[in-house]
Amino acid sequence: MTLIETDELTKHFSTDSGVLTRLLSDETVHAVDDVSIDIERGQTLGLVGESGCGKSTLGRTLLRLHEPTSGDVYFDGDNITDLSQRALRPYRRKMQMVFQDPQASLNPRQTVGELLRKPIEFHGIAEGEEAQARTAELVESVGLNRNHLNRYPHEFSGGQQQRIGLARALSVNPEFIVLDEPVSALDVSVQAKILDLIESLRREYDLTLLFIAHDLNVVRHVCDEVAVMYLGEVIERAPVDELFADPRHPYTEGLLESILLPDSAASEDLSKLPITGDVPSPIDPPSGCRFRTRCPEAMTECDRVDPELRSRKGERGERTVACHLYD
Amino acid sequence: MSLLNVRNLRTHFHTEEGTVKAVDGVDLDIRPGEIVGLVGESGSGKSVTARSIMQLIEPPGEIVDGDIEFKGDSLRALSGERIRRLRGKELSMVFQDPMSAFNPTQTVGRQLHDVLRTHREGPVSITNRLLGRDHSPEFREEVVEALDAVGIPSPEERYGDYPHEFSGGMLQRAMVAMATICDPDLILADEPTTALDVTIERQILSLFRDLVDNRDAAALWITHDLSVVAALCDRVIVMYTGKVMESGPVEEVLSNPRHPYTEELLESVPRYDEPDDELHAIEGSVPMPTDLPPGCVFADRCPEAHDRCREAHPPMYANVGPDGDHRAACYLLEEER
Repeated sequence: MTLIETDELTKHFSTDSGVLTRLLSDETVHAVDDVSIDIERGQTLGLVGESGCGKSTLGRTLLRLHEPTSGDVYFDGDNITDLSQRALRPYRRKMQMVFQDPQASLNPRQTVGELLRKPIEFHGIAEGEEAQARTAELVESVGLNRNHLNRYPHEFSGGQQQRIGLARALSVNPEFIVLDEPVSALDVSVQAKILDLIESLRREYDLTLLFIAHDLNVVRHVCDEVAVMYLGEVIERAPVDELFADPRHPYTEGLLESILLPDSAASEDLSKLPITGDVPSPIDPPSGCRFRTRCPEAMTECDRVDPELRSRKGERGERTVACHLYD
Repeated sequence: MSLLNVRNLRTHFHTEEGTVKAVDGVDLDIRPGEIVGLVGESGSGKSVTARSIMQLIEPPGEIVDGDIEFKGDSLRALSGERIRRLRGKELSMVFQDPMSAFNPTQTVGRQLHDVLRTHREGPVSITNRLLGRDHSPEFREEVVEALDAVGIPSPEERYGDYPHEFSGGMLQRAMVAMATICDPDLILADEPTTALDVTIERQILSLFRDLVDNRDAAALWITHDLSVVAALCDRVIVMYTGKVMESGPVEEVLSNPRHPYTEELLESVPRYDEPDDELHAIEGSVPMPTDLPPGCVFADRCPEAHDRCREAHPPMYANVGPDGDHRAACYLLEEER
């Protein structure tokens, strides 16, 4: 059953906040363009792509932390796109977010206990001693202990702070969590513990996750499915093992070939550049297929027609991909 | 012969909570033509090591002991003026965040131009600056060439762009151009690709390797990422809480790590090509810098630790692999002998 669904979701930002300049120039940043994705209940969807491709904006827009420019967001079948803040409140409880920088996302003036109790009380889940008891359970469920409740965020290591971030997201019994690069700021030696924790919490609390990451090695280990974004569009989507075994879009292929591993033979490959150049500006994205300016396979058709994301036949079966190679 | 020779470097920070031994007894050699990787987790002292070499340590930090010899000169003994002349010209640095390393109010081209002019002609007098006689078309030409060499498209036009008009990857390229424009003998690079996507990171690594090779320079590349070390470096030094745990040729250290910390660190890297392997974490966490354990600094997290490890930090054992250059600081290696 589908828990989260977007239908042609679009988020544009104006490059200038002044009224006059906005009237005079119509420069818009095409952060997210016509993205239709869905996540089954209990699944983890990985969202990958280079920085500036719109992964975080998509995550925030589907939580309505950004107001969508157009398109629709559905939560458990309910269209939440136009709900007022008040009407949205029960959905807010069910949809949470964990940020990349744990330190910046925790109020430095609140103790861990306060950080966890506030959302519980705000959403009327529990009060007083009951709320207190709940915070104690929460810290224990993320591998910290009761004594930590009276401490401030800065007294914790990065890994522990991310545990607190997870506990806060869990405090209101959510069904869906957007994890925005949850381990990127952590040392590799502690990443695995946080990833294991996320996986065990997902099972214990029956969570549905959108896992935003740029590290494909991590994505391979934690996601059921993967959506690849480029310049605001989803260009390929597949179950994680299929995507890694047989990438179809030239961009996906290049991304996978770019992965570095700590192997002694790695230096021989350094001169091989699977993807050259930079991501073009999202203010003025290329016509047709947005990847064509960096694509080794680009054809004349690619600058005229934007290939839509749909199921396309390849030599090794059908897959959801936006590329004219499979027309 | 070594280009850079660091012996027993100790850089400590005197804080209210006590003395932080950020760098505590580091030995390091860099020979001409090679890129040495300095790898470690946060708090390992890798950045402080580079800043100590550059003589950029400020109170409450202090280099309390050790020798830093660069091309035969002891950097600790040089005057501030001599050091300033050395920096940028013979010894340069690339930083992690190019946005904060560039002056946001001056064009990128102009900043490179000024580096070149300062090292060739010395500072401009106030009169000349007021008269606008502080810009030379000749240096401008060289800057454009340098921008071109690091792969910046239409460098002639980008010369007049401000830092914010560059993308992150482009600005990092410009910083590499700035660090190499005076043909330095040694470049210290402090995680310059950490904030970049892997697609762009590869481009910068490949570019950097070519620049170092073509100019016969040498580099110290600081990173937390063993994959970058594998792709770029000739030798590697693994640091943990201010101490060197293992060092040696990259291929040997990665394929046959002799220190349990290196081994654990390698195992904790998630790999897309081994999706069924369990993710591996190192037990515990990095100890507080003001409260390091008395014995081996890694003993509390080490799966191989025994009683002796908790008494004194082990010495560095040489010749622990087929290449004599492979060293590690672990008592297990003594028992082997």
